[in-house]
Parts: sequence; structure tokens; C-alpha cells
Amino acid sequence: MTGHEGWWLRLSVLAAVTLGFVAPILAGLAQTARVAFGLDAGLSSDVAPLAALAALPGVGTSIALTLWTGLASTVLSFFLAFELVMWTGGARRATSWLAPLLAAPHAALAIGFAFLIAPSGWIARALSPWATGWSLPPDIATVHDAWGIALILGLTVKELPFLALVMLASLGQLPVARLVATGRALGHGRRASWYWLVLPALYPALRLPLYAVLSFSLSVVDMAIILGPSNPPTLAVAMTRWFQSADLGLFAPAAFAALLLGLLVALTIFGWHLGERLVAAHARRRLARGWRALRAPRLGAAMPGVAGGLVAAGLLALLSLIVWSLAWRWSFPHAVPERWSLALWRDTGSGWVHVLAETAQIGAGATLLSLVLAALWLEGETRGRFRRARWATALIYLPLLMPQLAFLFGLNVVFLKAGLGVDWTAVLWAHAIFVFPYVMLTLTEAWHALDPRLFQTAASLGAGPWRRLLTIRLPCLLGPILTAAAIGFAVSVAQYLPTLFIGGGRVTTLTTEAVTLSSGGDRRVAGMYASLQALMPLAAYGLALALPVLLWKNRKGLLGQG
Amino acid sequence: MRLTLTATLLALIGAPLWADSWDETLAAAKGQTVYWNAWGGDSRTNDFIAWVDGQVSAKYGVHVEQVKLSDTAEAVTRVLAEKSAGQTEGGSVDLIWINGANFLSMKEQGLLHGPFLENLPNAAFLDLTPGSAAVTDFTIPTEGYESPWRLAKFVYTYDSARVAEPPRSAAALLDWASANPGRFTHPAVQNFMGATFLKQALIELAPDASVLQAEATEDSFAAATAPLWAWYDALRPNLWRAGETFPENESVLNQMLNDGEVDFTMAFDPAAAAAAVEKGLLPDTVRTYGPEAGSIGNISFVAIPFNAAHREGAEVVANFLLDPATQARAQDIGILGSYTVLDMTKLDETQRAAFADLPASAALPTEADLGPTLVEPHPSWMVRIAEEWAKRYTK
Repeated sequence: MTGHEGWWLRLSVLAAVTLGFVAPILAGLAQTARVAFGLDAGLSSDVAPLAALAALPGVGTSIALTLWTGLASTVLSFFLAFELVMWTGGARRATSWLAPLLAAPHAALAIGFAFLIAPSGWIARALSPWATGWSLPPDIATVHDAWGIALILGLTVKELPFLALVMLASLGQLPVARLVATGRALGHGRRASWYWLVLPALYPALRLPLYAVLSFSLSVVDMAIILGPSNPPTLAVAMTRWFQSADLGLFAPAAFAALLLGLLVALTIFGWHLGERLVAAHARRRLARGWRALRAPRLGAAMPGVAGGLVAAGLLALLSLIVWSLAWRWSFPHAVPERWSLALWRDTGSGWVHVLAETAQIGAGATLLSLVLAALWLEGETRGRFRRARWATALIYLPLLMPQLAFLFGLNVVFLKAGLGVDWTAVLWAHAIFVFPYVMLTLTEAWHALDPRLFQTAASLGAGPWRRLLTIRLPCLLGPILTAAAIGFAVSVAQYLPTLFIGGGRVTTLTTEAVTLSSGGDRRVAGMYASLQALMPLAAYGLALALPVLLWKNRKGLLGQG
Repeated sequence: MRLTLTATLLALIGAPLWADSWDETLAAAKGQTVYWNAWGGDSRTNDFIAWVDGQVSAKYGVHVEQVKLSDTAEAVTRVLAEKSAGQTEGGSVDLIWINGANFLSMKEQGLLHGPFLENLPNAAFLDLTPGSAAVTDFTIPTEGYESPWRLAKFVYTYDSARVAEPPRSAAALLDWASANPGRFTHPAVQNFMGATFLKQALIELAPDASVLQAEATEDSFAAATAPLWAWYDALRPNLWRAGETFPENESVLNQMLNDGEVDFTMAFDPAAAAAAVEKGLLPDTVRTYGPEAGSIGNISFVAIPFNAAHREGAEVVANFLLDPATQARAQDIGILGSYTVLDMTKLDETQRAAFADLPASAALPTEADLGPTLVEPHPSWMVRIAEEWAKRYTK
């Protein structure tokens, strides 16, 4: 009976995820393709889209910039995260420093980081004029530089903590101390033991998160607007501009570029995968020949310092947002504002309270929806007593690997054709598409790790499957569920493109406001929205940590699992 | 019965006779929420729109919600996407702050509702004779498809603490930039303000500026812009970051002036700098001026998309924007500081007095600082200049 019921449950959850999340992505992609190939009568142009795209100035540079910034930032984040984890010896304590960076949405971090490193930014202000001799900021390109260095560093500051956290989580299941000891016994150095023994064991768990980081870095828009080169920008930014341009002839080439970006992402991931195999084969041969890495390369010794420096820069960037929101005048070269003011925060009529409420509403809704679906999906797996098939994994993570732009434009048109109004519920749903994979990612392991004897005992006492779920499994998983909820909420708060495209500009969240304001002239207002944007997910994490402690005050065993 | 009679009487007393159809508009508008798509980068404008919301909510029961755009073209795209999806009514955009190329694009694609300007009672305060500034948008006759609301004029702002004597012509600007490399730049040319900077130079440098009033052709464009590109080729290496990159828009340029990264900014609003000083966004040493030969001036309009869900509400808002009291408030330096679009000769004594009583500010440029107003070139020039610039200077 249980198996039968589980079957129905699995089928309906699968149907909900497929129809609700996967189908819109495919429909959006198809619509983008229709426009790209001139099949949509309303948006077709006389010139072939490929020719029109190739004729646009700077397209080649844009593509090269996209590949360079995306790959460089992913490689850098990966190695620096690994160095950081190695340096801390896999200690979980390190995570508390990373939490604010993990919670802060990309746009907020980018706005703060841009101010930090600008020629007239915080670092320059702190050192001027006494150390630098600058009474006016120097004319050097530290933000929006043509090589995209600022963008690469900004992306790294954001992705490094994420990858470090994934590594720390997976290290818990590896006998790290024994592996390192074995390596040293065989004559390798400590660093070498980490690289040659721990990393290969760790890598399978990192593969998917790395691909997601790679896909994200190649197609990022908000960070690239704030930090990246502008003339020309990366492909993702260029095509967002074309989509929004007054020149309607740019529509088809933009849609074509969106597909091209999708192809670029797919090819890069494929290339990375090949690279993995090459490196693995090479390393295996070398190790089999009895090669020993006694000393670490000299450059390597500086790596933890670089990683730590970037984390510190990220934290300073977030701090600068709060300082700006409290400043009235703060001109170069003063290290702190000349005049402070609470005027912005006091002016509750200016709309920030409303935007805050709307952001919270959408985030909470999308998270709740994703949590329910995730719990039902996992419950289906539990009742069916089987491991997730690869195709199901692919289905869940599809939204994370697919560049958002490629389908969001088409999805917008699909929404309109279906007569769905653009309001906050549509945005909520669009957010849920991206929140769901993260919730699944966070919840799966804890769900299956729960001791099955608990449920056997409950069943023998006569509790049915639903009662076992509601009164035992969910309360036992309160900690992980709240963590998943906090991560889901943070993901929703950070969504820029889905809000922009699906919300049709009517739905404003802290992120869309912060990105719009970052191109405005008032750093104080931008700082206020960006710090709100960063503080909100942080508050959610705080709540996720505090609630189980409060609720399970008298149940120590449950706390241990959170 | 008695109620109906009272209501009819009230309606008759409350409104003049010509307003029959306007009354219907008012009745239909009541309770509507107008989504006004307007560039959101200027907080004074945002505050003004919020004030408009309060006023029309109280007076007509029409709620105004600003959809803050980072570029007006976003709204054009949205309406176009709706049209391509076959959504001919219930559209998401009710009112757009628009002019120039965006207006031309929407008008040519049949994306606009109208003509509606002459339905508005307050249009009586405008100079509606063909060719007048209030019914011409970048040389294009508006034909009632958009309604004016504010007057803009191109100006430069500089920091007098760092620049003693600002250059007042394109040629003088080149000299100044060569003597002070890296201290001047303009917004990206894809941006309205960046394109306007080039247009301003074009008018000053073109061998015969009168060709700019007609649609650009291959020949007229090549001939008229040759001196412009020669001038720009000489200027560019002396721009901030050697002209390799540009601030996204004028707000960012303002911030750069405030940070001391450059010495100049530019605006389409003579009062912008004075207001920014008040808000702590620029040092109080900034001064504003126009080029000697005059500077480009134009009028900003509002237009209603063909599929607007709240057309009547949008018309009520457009009409309210033309109210003399609204226009006087917009001209107040503490509020918007944008000059009125109304024909002052059509106003009565009390209406005019509201303008005379406005506060003055020492930071505002005088008429002499501003120089004469030059008319906008045909929009095709702006489109071509932006394209040509991108071709020449994007690697």
C-alpha cells in the first residue's frame, strides 16, 4: 500500500516540477529561438539575425571577454576556496566569516566592491593624501577596466565563499586526517597531500556546484554592469542592452546572442569536463610513476593570503554600503564621511519600506513553495526506497546550469501570450524556479541521513506514512529545513533578471532597485538599498540558526543534528 | 429619482459645458491605477511623481504608480513585446515619459494611443500652432500623440574650485582637455546625455547646421559630421581614461565630479546642479553654464501606449501635469527646477503670479550664463551618430 501511495506521490510531484519549472524554461527557450531565427512575425527583421549580430560593433570582443572573465573567475574561486579550506584544515569555524558574503546578493556586493577599489574609492581615500600624495583621484581604470579584472575579482569574492562552503560540507565525509597522513607517510608535503589525495576524493561533490558557478559567471548581468568593461561589455550585458534598446531591429540579434550564450556555456562546461579527465589521467600517470611533491610551489604559499584578502575585501565592501547609507557628504580624500545623517533611513515614505515588504513577500512565498515541493519529492523517494536517478538530478538542477537570459526573454513573451498578468505572483513563481534547486541541494543529504529506525519504531506503533512525515521527520529536520529556507530566501532576494523580465518593471525588489540605483548618482541611496539587500538574507540565516535553539531548548538530541 | 437629479445638477454645476466627454473620462478614470513608466535615476523627479500621485488620488481618485526605468527604451520594448504577443488591450504600460527617438519608434510602429492632446482641458494653456515647441518633438510633429510636461536645456556644470574659466565652445573644450588630460568625459553615447553632448558639438561644428532639421541621408550625414569626428578624434585621447570607457549616464558623471575624478558634468536641466548641492550630492563650489553659441533645448512629453489598461487615468494625469499650478511647482528650484511648457500669454493674472513668486537661488545660472536655445536635430541624426560612434570607437 505504501509503495502504491508513494508512486502516486512521486508522479504528482514530478508532474508539478516538470510542468511548473522545467516546461516554462523549455517554452521560453523555444520562444527565444523563434525570435532569433525570425520565425516570430511580430519581431522579425529583414537581415539574417546571425549577420546582424556579427555586424554589431564589438561582438567579437564581447564574446572573448565573456569567456575570459567567466573562466578566470571560476578557476580563481576554485583554487582560492580550496587553499582557504586547506589553510583552515577543514575547520567549520571559518564559515562564520564567510556567511555574510554568502548571504549578500551579487549586486550589493558588487556595488560595495566597486566603491572599495575605485580610484576615488575607500582604499584610495584611506591612503590619501598622506601615503599616495593624491589630492585628486588618479586617472587609472580599477573598475570597468577593459580587461575585466574588477569583474573577475568581484565574481571571485562572491563565488569563493560558496565553493569553500561546499568543500567544507563534503570534507566532513572524508577521512581527511588519514589521507593527509598517508600522503606524508608516502613522502609528499602537506600541501601536496591535499592536492593529490584530498582534492580527487573531494572533486565529485564539487562538480555540479562548479558547473553552476561557471554557468553563472559566463552569463552574469548585474555584477558585470556594475564592475565589468563597458565599451564593449560582456555578451550577457550587451544582449540585455539590445533587448532593452529603442532600436527594435536589435531584437532578433539579441535573441540569437542569447542562444549563442547558451551554446557557449554548454561548450565551456563540456570543455571543463574534458579538462577534468585530462588532469586526472595525467596526475594518475605521474603518481603511478612514483613521483613525489615534496615542496609546495612558492606562489602557493601566498594563496591563502590572497584568499583571505579577498574575503576581507568582500566584508569591507559590505561595510562600505552601510557607511554610505549613513553619510550626508563624503568626498575624496576623506577616509570617513564629513557629515553623517539618518535622513535616508528616517524617510520611510520614500518607498524603501514598501520595496522591503514586497521583496520579503516574494522571497517567503517562493521559498515556501519550493520547500513543500522538495519535501514531497524527498518523501516520494523515501517511500519508494530508491536513490535518485541521474535524469531526475539533471531535471532539478537544469535552472542552475541554463543561462537565465536564454529563456527569460522568451518566457516573458509566453507569459503574455498565455494572458498571465505580470504581477508579483508571476515573479514569485519565476523565483521559485531558481529557489527549488538550491532547496533540494541543501535538504537532500540531511533528509536521507535521518536514522530509519525512528520510522520503523513509529510504524510499529501504528503511525501511518503521513503521520510519520508530519510528526517525526519534519520536526526532526527542523534545523536543515530552516537552513534550506534561509538559502532559498537569499536566492530569491538576489534574483535580478527574473524580476526584471517577468515582473515587467512593475514588481520592484531590493535587487532591481539597487541595480538601478547603482547607475544613478546617489551612492547613499544605492548604499541603503544594497545594505538592506545584504542584511535581509543575513537576518534569514540568523533566524534559521536561532529558531531551533529556541524551540528545541529541551531536546538536545535534535539540536545536534541541526 | 431625487438622488439622480441632484447628481445631474451637481455635475452640471461642477463642470463647464465643453467637458462632456472629459467628464466621461474622469468617471472612467476614477479608481484606476496608472503605471507611469519614467526614468527613475533622478530622485527629484521620482519625488515629484509621488507628489502627483497624492494630488490626483485626492482630486480624481486616480492612483499613480511609477515604474522606475533605467532607460526609457525598456518601456518601448515592453509594449512591443505585448504587441508581438497579440495583447491589444490591458497592457502593462499606461503612461511613458518619452521623447525623440523613442517617440518616433513607437509612433512609426503604431504603438501609441491618440491623438489625445486636444481632449485635455489644460491643453488650452499650450501654444498649439503647428511647429511650436509644445507640439514638436525633435522636429517631429507630435500630432496629439504625446503631451508636453517639462522643458529641458543642455548645460555644463564645473567645479569652480578647480576650474577658473570654463571653455564655452567645442573648440575651447578641445583646448582645455588637451591642457588638462583625463579631467573631462561624457556619458556613454548609447545614453541620451552622451548622444546629446555629441549633437551639441555637431550643431556648433557642422558647416551648415540647417541640414540637421531634415532627416539625415548618407551624403548629408557624411558632410555634416566630418568636422565632428575630426574634433572628437583629437579630443578622445585627452578624455578620462583616454576615452576607452565612459560613465553609463549623467548621474554617474555627477558622482565622478563629486568624487573629484573629473571636473565637469552635464545635464539637461539648468537647475540640476543647484538642487544636487542642496542634497549634498555636489560640492557648493559647482557652477552651471551653457555654450556661448547656445545649447540644445527640448520638451519632455508623456505618451500613452495603444493597449494601455488605464487610458482614461493616464489622460487625467497628463492633463494634471499641464495645470498651471502643477507647472509652477515643477519650476520651483526646490522641487524640480524644470521650466514650464505653457504659453504664459494664455494664463491669467493669478496663474502667472504663481510663477513670479518662485524662490531664486544663487547657484542657478543666469539667462546670460545660459545663452540662446538651439532646436534639436531630426531624431535620425541621433540614431546615426550613436551608430557611427559605436562603429568608430568600439573595438
